[in-house]
Parts: sequence; C-alpha cells; structure tokens
Amino acid sequence: MSGRTLRQVALAGAGLIEQRHAAVFSPPLSQRLLGPAIAAGLLAVLVFGLYYTGFTASRLWNGLDKLGFIVQFMVPPDPGKHLWTYLHALGETVAIALLGTLVGAVLALPLAFLAAKNIVPNWIFHFTWRRGLDTVRGVDILIWALIWINVVGLGPFAGILAIAVSDMATFGKMFSEAIEAADKRPVEGVTAAGGGPMHTIRFGVLPEIFPVMISQVLYYFESNTRSATIIGIVGAGGIGLHLADTIRLNEWQNVSFLIILVLVTVMAIDRLSTRLRFALIGKRQAPS
Amino acid sequence: MNTARLAPTANTAALASGYRRTMAEKRRRTILFFAALLVGIFVAGWIGEVRLGVFFANFGKLGVYVSNLVPPLHAVTFGADMAEWYWGFDLWLIKLLDTILMAYVGTGLGFIGGFCLCFAASANLVQSRWTTWAARRVLELFRTVPEIVYALIFVVAFGLGPLPGVLAIAVHTAGALGKLFAEVNENVDLRPVEGVVASGGSWLHGVRFGVLPQVASNFASYTLLRFEINVRGAAVLGFVGAGGIGEDLLIAVRRFYYTDISAILLMIIATVVVIDLVTEQIRNRFLHLERGP
Repeated sequence: MSGRTLRQVALAGAGLIEQRHAAVFSPPLSQRLLGPAIAAGLLAVLVFGLYYTGFTASRLWNGLDKLGFIVQFMVPPDPGKHLWTYLHALGETVAIALLGTLVGAVLALPLAFLAAKNIVPNWIFHFTWRRGLDTVRGVDILIWALIWINVVGLGPFAGILAIAVSDMATFGKMFSEAIEAADKRPVEGVTAAGGGPMHTIRFGVLPEIFPVMISQVLYYFESNTRSATIIGIVGAGGIGLHLADTIRLNEWQNVSFLIILVLVTVMAIDRLSTRLRFALIGKRQAPS
Repeated sequence: MNTARLAPTANTAALASGYRRTMAEKRRRTILFFAALLVGIFVAGWIGEVRLGVFFANFGKLGVYVSNLVPPLHAVTFGADMAEWYWGFDLWLIKLLDTILMAYVGTGLGFIGGFCLCFAASANLVQSRWTTWAARRVLELFRTVPEIVYALIFVVAFGLGPLPGVLAIAVHTAGALGKLFAEVNENVDLRPVEGVVASGGSWLHGVRFGVLPQVASNFASYTLLRFEINVRGAAVLGFVGAGGIGEDLLIAVRRFYYTDISAILLMIIATVVVIDLVTEQIRNRFLHLERGP
C-alpha cells in the first residue's frame, strides 16, 4: 500500500529475475547462433541446388509462359472421340489396383508370420527376413513394372504383378508388426487348452490382427489406385499410357479430362474403402 | 419360491433363437461380401488381362532375368569383377547425388510453398471461411495429381532436365506438407496467440510467437519424412525425362544391360536405406525436444 503500481513492482523485480534465469534471458552465444547457422546452411544448399538444377530467371519465365498457354488449352476438358477407350483404361486401372492389393495381401500373410519375432524367435532370421522385405519395398513400383513387362509382356497384367510384389513386402512388414503387437494371453489360452502351433495362430493371433489387416489393406487399395494410374507411363496398363501419350501429343483438352477422371475415381475409391472399413470393423480402427 | 424367475427353458429358447438369428444375419452378410469380392476379382481379372498360362509359362523367364542380374563374381578375381560390374560407378554416383539434390531442392521449395499456405488453410487461425476453403482446394489440387504427371507436363513446358523434376516434386510436396501442417496448426493451444494479440501484437506476430514455437518440431519432422519419400520419387522421375538416375536405369532396363540394372538398383536402395536411417535419427531427436524440457 505504499502507492507503487503493479508495473513498478514488476519492473523493480525484473533485474533479479533476469539474474536468476540467466540461461533463459541471455543464453550462451553458441546456443543462440546454432539455429540461424543451421538455417543458413540449409538455405545455402538450397540456393546451390537451384543454380545446379538449372533455375535461371529466363528459363523459369519462358516455362511459366508456356505453362500458362497449356492451362488455357486445357479448358474445357474434353475426351474427344476416345471416351470409351479412356473408360476402359480406367477400368483397367481399378482392376490393377484391386487384384494387385489382394494378391499382395494374400502373399504377405505367410511372409508376415515368418517375419514376426514372437512367431519365429530367431533374431538372425528375423533380421535378414526384414531386410529382405525392406529391399523389395525400396524398389519403386514403376521399376517393378518395367521388370514384369520383360516377363509377361506389355499390358495391365504386368501392372498387377508389380503392385502385388511391392505390396507383398509392405504388407509383410505391417502385418508382422501387428502380429508382434498382438496380445499374448489368447495364445497362451489356446496352448493351455491343448492347441498346437497352427491352432494358436488360427485362434489366438488371427482374430486379433484381422481388423488391423483389413484396415491396412483397404487403405492401400486407395493408395494403389493412385499408383495404378501412373504405371501405364512405362507400358504396364491402365490410364497412365493415355495420360503420357496425350501430354506428348499436346492434346491438352484430353489431358485435363483424364486428370479429372483420375481424381474423381480416386475420390470415389477413397469413399468406398472408408465405408467398407466402417462396415467391416467398426469405427474404432484407424489405419496406421 | 419365485416361480416367475424359474422359467429357464422359455428364456433360453428366446435367447438362443435371437442368437441364431443374429449369427445367421452376420453369416449372410459375410457370404454376400465374399461373393461380391469374388465377382469383383473375376471381372478385374478379365479387364486386367490376367493370363495365368502366360505367367506360369514365363515364370522361368523371371528366374533367368533375376539370374542375369547377378554379376559374374569370382573369389579369385573379386576386385576386377567388382570394377567390371560397377564400371560406371563415378557417373552413377554423380547422377545419384543429382537425384538427392533434386529431392532436396524440391522438398525445400515445397516446404516454403506449404508453409505459406498452411496458415491460410487452418480454420482456427483465419476467420474468413472463404480463405480457408480456397487454400485447402489449392493444396488438394497440388497433392492429388501424381508427381510424375506434373513432371510430364512440366517437361513439355520447361524442357528436359532436372528443372521440371524439381518443380514437380515441389508442387506435390507443397500440397502434401501444406495439408499436414494445417492439421498440426489446428491442434495448437490458442492461449499463447491470445496473449500475443492481447499485448498488442498483429496476426503475424500471433503466428510467429504464438503458433510457430508450438508447431516447429512437428513441421521439421514431417518435412524430413517427406524428403525421404521424395528421394524415392526423384529416382524414377528420370523415366519421363525429368533428370536424375532414373534415366540411366530406364536405358539399362530397356536395352537389357542386366548387370547395370542390378548395380544401379543396389545403389538406389542403399541410398534410400541410409537416408531413411539418418532422417529417422534426426526425427527422434526432434520428438525428444518436444517432450523433454
């Protein structure tokens, strides 16, 4: 009550607080410079990269100019005389995604059990098996498509096989993680009731991981539809072939039509897979 | 005593029939689902031109193909064999570094784009619903068109070389990161922002001192993850003429230079694995920063 305002009290104590928390008010120089130094380093690499990859003002300007024309040519979207060809290619795309995902999931199941630590408790086997799956996964779907084209020829079948192989490895890893995270008690229960190893898998593990697997498969079905739209670029069937061709032939109205077709399809598949997931396993399981 | 309670048969009969009905309903739906799936598989197999005969007839070809990929390495002349296998190592290494640089620049530009758009796309930071709607649609357009389609279009507009590849990665990354960033923004604690605004700060000040400190580590973590994805993506952009090691790989595959294929593939896989491990380490550190004091 000595007539000092709250502000004066606060200001009087400020020095003391600053002294007590020196680390907050004046951190050492090295610590203060660390952030800006990292940012400057990242920025320097970015600028060098821009220069190295050929970003020049004139090239950028000419390109944007051309891009503007291209976008103008794109409206209105129009399939021309090829509507049925495009729809058939779209059907191929969805077929590739569906069969690729299903075959991949079916093949992944035994691989996943072999890759799970609690099913095969040998760490050397576990390690090499996992690395093997990682290697298969590390090869892009487009590369797999190129390889399969050499085996079964051009066409959607090569696309199906490419997605199946790539997904087999992805699912193998994901399923095996789900198996490892599964509750041990049902397994012990089955064993205690006299079940063999196959029984424990069938009645102890499978019921628990089934919802997780379904949700992952449905999620990948949608993501594979996206992939299936582009593998046609290397000749493995689907709408990508037409997309690449029309772009190279400068038929921009067809291009915009195809892009819209793809976007609508992906959106529809997204809705469908979400609804199927809810119908099959309820709302509690989110895809991980 | 109470006879009304002692009518177990009547009760269980009702329960049992109810149980049977529920189970029959469930079974019927399962059968229906599998029937639909089976029809779908057959239709898809027909449209997708599945030729199992060809597959099994040519399955041997796959074995031959894979065995061709394996270079002739002998223990005696191991060094010379390795040199023969990796005859183009210097060239491929440079191309691989190009690819990583493309991914880096694309991720950087995409980060800038996504960062600029994400605040406009967060419903809790912007009052105008139109701004949010417009920003979200732009991000959606960027993200839903596949990267390689952008690359195809940009190759026509900007000419061959890494530039269209970088731009394609940048556009796709801006869309993907912008959406993730906006989701992070919508989960922040708004009280620091209110504090900044209450002490006289502008909207920009609110974002800089109220939002950014809360989201920075998440942003960095997502960007690193995206960088890793972009390295994989950049490796195949060469297929459409957009620079990087994909060009060499495509040539090797098309001309059946078998050992080149395996050499380049192994280099790509090794790079991806290394970048995977490094970014994971850095991301873990960011997570610790977030949790710890």
